[in-house]
Amino acid sequence: MHKSIDQINERIRDGTARVVTAEEMPAIVAELGEEGALKEVDVVTTGTFGAMCSSGAFLNFGHAEPPIRMERIWLNNVEAYGGLAAVDTYIGATQQSDTLEEQYGGAHVIEDLVAGKSVELRASSRGTDCYPRRTINTDLLLENFNQAIMCNPRNAYQRYNAAINSTDRILHTYMGVLLPNCGNVSFSGAGTLNPLSNDPGLRLIGSGVPIFLCGAQGMVIGEGTQHSPAGGYGTLMVTGNLKEMSQEYLRAATMNGYGVTLYVGLGIPLPVLDLEVVRATAVRDQDISVDIMDYGVPSRNRPALRKVTYAELRSGAVELNGEEIRTSSLSSFRKARQVANELKHWIERGSMQLALPTRPIDAKKSAKPMHQSIKGPRVLDIMDRQVVSIGENEEIRTAAKKLLKGDTNHLPVINGNNVLVGIVTTFDVSKAVANPGKAHLVKDIMKTKVITTTADEAVDIAVQKLEQHNISALPVVDSGHHVIAILTAMDLGKLFGGRWLK
Amino acid sequence: MKLLVNFSRKKGSKPIIAQVVRDTGVLINVERAVIDSSEGEALIDVPDDQCRLVSDSMISLGANVRILEHGISVNESECVDCGACVSICPREVFSMDKDWKLQLAEERCVLCGKCIEACPHQALSLPL
Repeated sequence: MHKSIDQINERIRDGTARVVTAEEMPAIVAELGEEGALKEVDVVTTGTFGAMCSSGAFLNFGHAEPPIRMERIWLNNVEAYGGLAAVDTYIGATQQSDTLEEQYGGAHVIEDLVAGKSVELRASSRGTDCYPRRTINTDLLLENFNQAIMCNPRNAYQRYNAAINSTDRILHTYMGVLLPNCGNVSFSGAGTLNPLSNDPGLRLIGSGVPIFLCGAQGMVIGEGTQHSPAGGYGTLMVTGNLKEMSQEYLRAATMNGYGVTLYVGLGIPLPVLDLEVVRATAVRDQDISVDIMDYGVPSRNRPALRKVTYAELRSGAVELNGEEIRTSSLSSFRKARQVANELKHWIERGSMQLALPTRPIDAKKSAKPMHQSIKGPRVLDIMDRQVVSIGENEEIRTAAKKLLKGDTNHLPVINGNNVLVGIVTTFDVSKAVANPGKAHLVKDIMKTKVITTTADEAVDIAVQKLEQHNISALPVVDSGHHVIAILTAMDLGKLFGGRWLK
Repeated sequence: MKLLVNFSRKKGSKPIIAQVVRDTGVLINVERAVIDSSEGEALIDVPDDQCRLVSDSMISLGANVRILEHGISVNESECVDCGACVSICPREVFSMDKDWKLQLAEERCVLCGKCIEACPHQALSLPL
C-alpha cells in the first residue's frame, strides 16, 4: 500500500486526516502493525525545543529622510551585520551586547521584538552622494519593519552528544554548567520527537517543506550548516516570518560563562506515504544513541566515555564506571511536545498542508573539520630549552643558588631517574629561608602537584592552563615525564612579531 | 523550618549554635555554614514547633535570625522546563513530573544558589 501526498492533503482539507505525534506513533505501530499503522495514520508531527545558536533574522528598516546607507548597526547595543545594502541587516542570536555582554544579545533583541517591545536602532555611515545621512537613532517595533524574516543556518540537530567533565574544576560550556569530577551529564534533544530522527533517510524533509517555526508557518530551505547525516548528525536551514512568531516558542537564553543563545521551537509534519515512513516514525528514545563526551579535554577530538540512549539520559541518571551520574536536559521535552501537538492541531484544522521536497537534501554527507593552512603556534615554537632543574634531595641553599644563577623563578624538581616530581619557585625558597624550620631539602618545600605542558601542545591551551591555575610557568615534559624545557609567561612575548611563524 | 542565622565573631567566638542546643535541648541540623574570622552565617533546620524557641535563644546570644519560609523560587514565565538545574542541585530539589514539567521539593532547598547560575533562562532566584 502507498498513499500519495495529494491523497493526504485531500484528507487534511476534508478534515478527515488522522494526525498523531511522533511520540504516539511507536505505540500505534506496536498495536496495529506496520500495515495497520500505514492505513490508520496520515501524518506524524515532530517537535523540538532547545538552544539553537546558529539562528538570527534578516531585517529591513525602510529608508529614512534624508536617507542613510547604514554601515555599522546596533539594536539595543547589540551589533548587527552592516554588509547588506543600505537598510538591510542580519541580527545573529549569539552576538553580545556592547554594554551588558552575555546578559543580553541578539537572541534577546529577537525575543523583545516578538514580545512587542520596542528596540533602539543606532547606525552610522560615511555618507555618500545618494545617501547623505551619517547617523540615525530611532525606536522600532516589529510592525515598523518592512520584513523581519527569521533565517537560521543550523537548526534541528538530529541528535547531540551528551557532555561530562572529568577535570577537577567546574566548566561553563554551551552544554551548560558541567560539575567537576564527572559530577553530572548534560544533554540536549527531543529524541523520539526529533524531526530528522523520524526521517533519517531525508525522504520527506527537504527544500520547501512546510514547518512549524517558533509558532509561525515556516519552511525548510535545505541542508543546515555542518550537516553531517552520515554519522546521524543532520541539520536543517530554516526560515519563517518573525512577525507571526510567538514568545511561547522562542526564548533568548544565556549559558552563564559561555554566552547568549536562542531557544527555538521547531516541528515538521511528516506524510505517512509508505511502510518505510511508518518504520522510520516508530523510532523511540531507546533507539537513538549518542556519546557522552568529555568536555574537560579542550580539543575538537573529545574522548567519548560511553554510548547512551535518550531513554537513559531522560531517566534522570546514567551509569558510568559503576557510578550513577545525574543528568540534566538543556532542551525542554515539555515544549517539544507542545510544538508537536500544536502542529497536529494545525493540520487537523486544515490550516497547514504538506508538501514533498522540491530539492532533496543529501543524506550521506559528512561534515569535515576546518582546513588549517597555517597551524597556530605550538609550545615548542616558543619554549625555553635552557631549563634549569634540581634534584629532590638537594639542599634548599642549592636551589637558591640555581635560581640566582639561572635567572629564573621556577625550578622543576627531578628524582634520580630524571623524572619530574615537583616544582619550587623563588617564593617557596624565600619562604623557607625567612622561616627556617625543619625543611632542609628541596623535596621538603616543593609543590608536588605540577601543571605541565608538552612540546606539541597549542600555545592557546598552555596559556589557558597558566590563567586557570594562576601560575607563570609550565615545565614541558616528554612522554616519560622528563623535563625537556620550560614555558614561562615571558616566552609568550615571542608570539608578537610573528617570530614563531616559520 | 529553616532559619538563617548571622552572627558577628568580633568579640571572641562564642559557640552560639552549641549553646542554643544545650540551653533549649533542640537538635539543630546545620545545612550550610560560612564562617570566617569576623562573621558567620548558618542555615539551620529545626522542627516547626520549636522554631520560635530556637530563634529567641539565638537572638538573646546576639545573633540575627531570619525565618526562611521559602526555598529557591522559580519564575514560571521564564522557565521553559528544560531541566538544566536538575543535576546541578546538590540537594535534589528539582525533578520532572510525568508531563516533563519542573517540580520543586522546596523543603529540601538550602539556598546555596548553585542552580541560579546554571539556569539558561534566568528563571531562578533566592527569596527576598
